[in-house]
Amino acid sequence: MADNSVSWWRLFAMQNDDPRKALGMTVLVAFVAALGVSTAATVLKPYQQVHVERERQARLDAMLNTLPGLRDLMVEAGIDALETRIVDLQSGQYDPTIDPAAFDPVAAAKDPATSRDLPPDADPAGLKRIATHAPVYLLERDGRLHLIVLPVSGIGYQSLIRAYLALEPDLTTVAALTIVEHAETPGIGARIAEPDWQALWPGHRIADEDGRIMIRVARGAEGPYEVDGISGATRTGNGITAMLTFWLGDHGFGPFLDRLRDGGA
Amino acid sequence: MTRLLDRLTRPLIDENPVTLQILGICSALAVTTTLATALTMSLALTVVICLSATLISLIRNHIPQSVRLIIQITIISALVIVMDGLLRAFAYEMSQRLSVFVGLIVTNCLVMGRAEAFAMRHPPGASFADALGNGLGYSLILIVVGTLREGLGLGTILAVPLAPMLGLEGFTPIALMQRAPAAFFILGLLIWALRAWRPTQVETPEFRVTGHEEDA
Repeated sequence: MADNSVSWWRLFAMQNDDPRKALGMTVLVAFVAALGVSTAATVLKPYQQVHVERERQARLDAMLNTLPGLRDLMVEAGIDALETRIVDLQSGQYDPTIDPAAFDPVAAAKDPATSRDLPPDADPAGLKRIATHAPVYLLERDGRLHLIVLPVSGIGYQSLIRAYLALEPDLTTVAALTIVEHAETPGIGARIAEPDWQALWPGHRIADEDGRIMIRVARGAEGPYEVDGISGATRTGNGITAMLTFWLGDHGFGPFLDRLRDGGA
Repeated sequence: MTRLLDRLTRPLIDENPVTLQILGICSALAVTTTLATALTMSLALTVVICLSATLISLIRNHIPQSVRLIIQITIISALVIVMDGLLRAFAYEMSQRLSVFVGLIVTNCLVMGRAEAFAMRHPPGASFADALGNGLGYSLILIVVGTLREGLGLGTILAVPLAPMLGLEGFTPIALMQRAPAAFFILGLLIWALRAWRPTQVETPEFRVTGHEEDA
């Protein structure tokens, strides 16, 4: 330590036109700045997380409001929120051992015990590692499914996009898509978060008769599987396509949806 | 003491960074749709410019000329990131409305300009006063433009409806005021008014067109 401080003094004592001083000062300033920024980020994280969480909940509520008749159904059933259940993604079964209220998907995706690496060829959404379990939100009445909401995520142009995909009881028709979190380019990719664009989604079909995932964002969209992209935001659109392809496929909710179609999970 | 006071007050009107030097225009246009966003942005910029000028001034004798811009940018950007983080933690909704513009304080010529032109050559006290003056000068313009745009464009001030207060029941907000061109118009008129009042602020033309007589 003593040796260190001596060398710092030697740095300050150098002539300003000495290249070693230029290098040393740059490194020193960068180090102090990095220390300050990372300290601030760590200290502020929990405060920011509260807002992000609240925003996510508000978006989910807002999405439910866009679905025709859904609120009436919920009022009739005497509930004000969807039921949350935890799904084991690989087996496609509900896992009753995990308490949905205590399940934190973000933390689970980081914990080695509750997450797994994705092989690069099975990772179109660029997630690298996902949790082994995921929450799903359901509206069931008298044993009949009315709506199911799946949380999905993937890398867009420059940020991680999180969204909720709501499916009709046939498990193929999109009821709604809502983007809950992203940091895409303001004014371009960020338009995915606007209601106008999200309103294009309802009624589209996610898969063809053989169960192949067909839904995609495309320019000049045609047919039941294509949603019109935002001009200038091709890569954000591709990110959404990859995100849905992944989460509806074999490594995502595919096994769960198959089980549900066959009559129960 | 009077010199410090002078440094603080001169950038408010006589050497206003926005209207005289036309610096920091990008954010001045973008965040002035309402007074609340203009105030938040003013506060963020003033804090960043004061801290960056003071810090840079403190180490000014040890900043080699060859890497001075790198060092200035590093300090300014670190402060901006922290500022942005603070807003997202404690004023989340406001930070969503300001979107990228807090982050863009890094590229604001005003902050860099004061660091390069003043803080590099003056002691911390003077640098702080100069930075605070410039921050307040920037804030003053933002507040004027923000008040006009919100008042005329939405008919509110800080989201409080104006019409009942002023007895103007039939007032229809001018939608144009909320659009970007309106900020240019207001800023242009403001600069015109200032230069009419203080003719010393008028720039001398760099060249004059002559010789048309021969053509005619």
